[in-house]
Amino acid sequence: MSHTESPTAMGRDQIVKNVQEVLEEALGVDPEEVTMEATLTGDLKAESIDFLDIVFRLEKAFSTPQKPFKIGQGELFSENLLNDPELVKDGRITPKGLEVLRSKMPHLDFAVIEGDPQISRLPELFTVKSIVDFVERKLAA
Amino acid sequence: MRWMWIDSVVEHEPGRRLVAVKNCSLAEEHLHDHFPAGPEGPADPVMPASLLLEGMAQTSGILVGSLGGFREKVVLAKIVSASIEGEVRPGQTVRYDAVVEQHDAAGAATKGVIDRWDHRRPGWVRLGAVELVFSHLDRNRSGQKFPEENFVFGENFRTILQTTGLDRLVSARD
Repeated sequence: MSHTESPTAMGRDQIVKNVQEVLEEALGVDPEEVTMEATLTGDLKAESIDFLDIVFRLEKAFSTPQKPFKIGQGELFSENLLNDPELVKDGRITPKGLEVLRSKMPHLDFAVIEGDPQISRLPELFTVKSIVDFVERKLAA
Repeated sequence: MRWMWIDSVVEHEPGRRLVAVKNCSLAEEHLHDHFPAGPEGPADPVMPASLLLEGMAQTSGILVGSLGGFREKVVLAKIVSASIEGEVRPGQTVRYDAVVEQHDAAGAATKGVIDRWDHRRPGWVRLGAVELVFSHLDRNRSGQKFPEENFVFGENFRTILQTTGLDRLVSARD
């Protein structure tokens, strides 16, 4: 993986390429499977423990000596966020829960589950594109 | 003491690297089944590769535990990659050399190499390399709760920590 480019100068194509490589290595999938629409847990068969591996690999892939790329817990994936009964009730994300998630996780497209915001559908939002968007937004910050 | 697949910690660079050794002995009963004599030939005692992996996991796990004063319940979450070529037989010594690649509140990634010493042909011979990911159990994604007591670094590990002086790093639970 190339570290020669400055991350601020990294274009979306290069971000996509690096994210695809990270997912291929972390999940043992073939390049053609890692499409932008592919979901991590559904299409690419990621298990919960793979998320930690993916976070570590993304940090490595996008860090430079000048600017470390550090992903905080709950920043990319929704760890522990939804154990709060105010945010999730009877297996459904409450309107307040959706509001909190939208502000904390702008890389996810909540329109996909808005009509039926079951907590069990949350994994559908974690697509390859959502990871690329997350990285792009974070590098630009 | 049960299920210890390292004998001693021989080097420790705090926060970065830990090296442990294990002496393979014919007194280990499983070696008589791996592999016993049969119609194909005489007994061929060889340390199972799965136990070499376990030894690396224990070495790396102690290293990851040492980062947080052994307060975290460190569990092996994922074998990212493992390649082991070559065998370890009774009378030989295995060396596990592990370094921390990355770590945060949720867990750690480690990388390590496995070497073998044969007393008849002195010199370390590289057997393989292993990459692992460890998770801190109390910070798991589901928010599931576990007992207060640190059962990971329990009595078994305490002996290793004491004999190698690593117990000085053990911090009291908050």
